[in-house]
This record gives sequence, structure tokens and C-alpha cells, in this order.
Amino acid sequence: MSILPFLAAGWIFLIGVYGMVTSRNLVHAVGCLAVAQTSTYVLLLGIGYRRGGTAPVFSDIPVGTAVVDPVVQALVLTDVVVGATVTALLLSLVIQIRKRTGTVDPEALTDLKG
Amino acid sequence: MSRRVRTTAFWLAAAAFAVIFTLACTGLPHFGTTLHPYGSRAVAASVRQHTANVVSSVNFDQRALDTLGEESILFGAVLGSVVLLRRARDEDRAAPQPRPVLPSTLLLGAGLLPVTVLVGGYVVAHGQLSPGGGFQGGVMLATGLHLAYVAADYRVLRRVRPLAVFAALDAVGAGAFTALGFAGLVAGAAYLENVLPLGTFNQLASGGLVPLVNAAVGVEVASGVIVLVAQFLDQAVEIDEPRHHGAGAGAGGGKDGDR
Amino acid sequence: MSTPTAASDFLVAAALVLVVAAATAAALTRDPVRQSVVLSALGFCLALLFLVVQAPDVALSQLAVGSAITPLLVLLTVRKVRRRPRDDGPAGEGPAGEGPAAADPPGSGGRGSRR
Repeated sequence: MSILPFLAAGWIFLIGVYGMVTSRNLVHAVGCLAVAQTSTYVLLLGIGYRRGGTAPVFSDIPVGTAVVDPVVQALVLTDVVVGATVTALLLSLVIQIRKRTGTVDPEALTDLKG
Repeated sequence: MSRRVRTTAFWLAAAAFAVIFTLACTGLPHFGTTLHPYGSRAVAASVRQHTANVVSSVNFDQRALDTLGEESILFGAVLGSVVLLRRARDEDRAAPQPRPVLPSTLLLGAGLLPVTVLVGGYVVAHGQLSPGGGFQGGVMLATGLHLAYVAADYRVLRRVRPLAVFAALDAVGAGAFTALGFAGLVAGAAYLENVLPLGTFNQLASGGLVPLVNAAVGVEVASGVIVLVAQFLDQAVEIDEPRHHGAGAGAGGGKDGDR
Repeated sequence: MSTPTAASDFLVAAALVLVVAAATAAALTRDPVRQSVVLSALGFCLALLFLVVQAPDVALSQLAVGSAITPLLVLLTVRKVRRRPRDDGPAGEGPAGEGPAAADPPGSGGRGSRR
């Protein structure tokens, strides 16, 4: 259990990249990128976890209670929202590619067009 | 790069990554460790700044400059999507046909819309006290508004969502965050430093700059997501491509000549 | 002290298994429409994991973004990408079976007619 969550994060990253490498559809590839990105959430929150700690919100617990690391939570929080908007940007690029070339298969996008 | 070369390259890289990553993990502090030097400092600083939710304190006070950069990414991504998905000159807009909606869906959507928007606003407003804040509440507000599309149809959504207003609000939110940083400079401190009165711990008006930055982020995220989804909806529902992109056999040659 | 710790460890492990299974399924689902559903499930499992590692802020964010916004954008993109121009037939993939949408296997995006 001591490094299991970290290894799980590594597995999620690899399976996401595998999906991207073998993808035949750019929309699917963007989805796999979103999967690969979730590995960072798992890794960061795994590092910040503290056994017996509670959530770092002191509105209903006395100050001084043992809490989990709030810094990584702040990192992951922004990561989640930025990840979604970057996914949106990539998806709009996919729509443009479909408009320009008529395909969303990365294998078919061999020649560069000006 | 051919498919086989690419797959081989992936497996080699994956094997190397797996070995090195596992080795690196054994060197990390154990899962569930009680030693969190940054965490303890962040908690102490948050209590000093009268902010009950430490995550909000880190985001909007202690690391506010990083969040400003992150907001700029969000703003840039929304802007990029708007530019990429705007209607091209050779595309025409077709009004979608209204479709019948189940009465139960209509009732559920009409009932949930105000509740979702209210909860979203609550989550934004209480970001410094309880779990939540500008990011989560903003996304909730944006999602809640789209219940109008689920419950009724696209024309109703267009009416409850004046896109120009939300596009402007997106910029206002991003600008307000940047402008709020100057409060520190005016008071003779650093940019984005929390110089406002801190208020009472665990009250709505506590944390100084935190609720204000939080509200700016809430406005930006909500309107950013609304604008983003609107662009995609426009593309998926309304905008028609010109004929030559269809599956017609002779289209390929003619298309290159057009450009 | 040891019993609640063991219980929360078990919860974390169970949520991790769920997340890993959902992520694997999401990456290996080739059809984008099905993938968006699995992505939504992955978002939900992740929110569950974040909840048991005491990160309610992140769980809330993940629930709103990961299981609603991202799959929605993927679905809208698929709808746009698979849409055919109106002139070629009835708008949308209606019941008219001989429309170009039916001749095109999902995922290949009209590649065959072009190269």
C-alpha cells in the first residue's frame, strides 16, 4: 500500500498514452489525453495524503487538527479546470482538421497542406 | 513514421518509463506520510490570514500569482476555441427545428435550473469557508444554464444566454483578477498580496482578498465555460458545412483548388 | 487508531481499483461516443477517490468538469465531425438509410472516399 497509488498513477498515464499512440480517431486521441492527464491528479493527491488526516477546511473542525496537504489539492484543482479547457481547445482543432481535410484519422493526415 | 515504428517506439519508451517511474516512486515519501512540510506551512499561513478553507487560501492568496497564470491559460483556451470555431465565410447557419420535449423532462429541467444556478452561486460565495469556490461554482453555474437546452430547445437556450454578455463577462473576470492584484501595490506591498482587512475567521467576509479574487474567478470560469459550450453547440447544431466537404467522389480535387 | 486507518486505507484502495479500471476502459474504448460515456464514469470514480483521500474541493471540481463538461464536449465534437452537409441529404442522421452517414463506418471519417 505504501507506493501502490503512485504505481496506479503510472499505469493510468501509460494506458492513456497507449490509447493515443494506437488511436485511429483524433476525438478518441483527445479523450485518451484526458485519461493520461488524470494520472497527475492521482499522483499529486497520493503524495499529499496523510493517514488519519481530514480535509483541510477548518470551518467545522478545531484549528490544529491533522489535515491532508492542501498545497497539492490546490494544484490539482486548477489542473482539473485547465485540463478541461485545453481539451476543448484540442477538440476545436479536431473540428478544424475535419473541415480542412475531411478526415479525423491521424493515419490519413500524411501530407502537409498550406 | 509508420504504424509499426510508432508502436515499437511506444513500447520501448513505456518500458523505460515503467522502470524509472517505479524506482522514483520507491524514493518518494510513503503514501499517507505524516510529514508534509509545505502543507503545514500553508495551513499556518491560512489560519493567519483568517481563511477557513486552506485550499482557497493557497489558490487565491498564497499562490495567487500562479492562479493568475492559470486563469490566463483558461482565458487563452476559450479565446482560441472561439477563434477556431467561428463561422467561416463559406458556411451557412441553419436554424434547428424545434423538437417535442417530454413533459417530465421539461418539468425536471425547469425545476432544476434555478436550483442549480442558486447552488452554483452559493458554492462560489462560500469558497473561503467550505469546499468549493470560483472554479467549482463557476462550472456549476455554466452547467445549470444549459439545463434550458435539455428541458426546452436551442432557441430557448439562446434567449437565456446572451452570448455577447458572457463573452464580455469572461474578459471582465480575467481583468478584475489582474486589477485586484494592484490593491497590494497601492498599499505599498507586493502584487496580489493580501492587504485587505482580514475579517473574522469562519465568517462570510473573511480572508481579505480571497472572496474577491474568488468571485472574479467564478465569473470568469462560468462565462468561459458558457462561451466554450456555446461554440461547440453552434458547430454541432447550427452551422452547416458547404457541399464540397461531403463524401462526393470528385470533391477532393476541387477542394484544393478552392484554398 | 489502527482500525479507522485500516478502514480508510481499504476505501482508498477500492476507489483506486475503480479508477484504474475505468481509465483502462476509457483508453481502450475506440468509439468516441462510447468513450465519452466511459470518460464520464471515470470522472465519477475519480471524484469518489478524491472524496476518500479527503479532497472535497477537488472532488467537486472533478464531478462538475470530468463527468459533465468533458464528455459533453466530446459528444458535440463527434456530432459535428460525423455530420454531413445538408445538401447531400436530409439534415442529421435521420431514418433515411441510404444517406452518406450510413455508408461511413464510425471512426474512419470519410477517409475511404478520399484517398
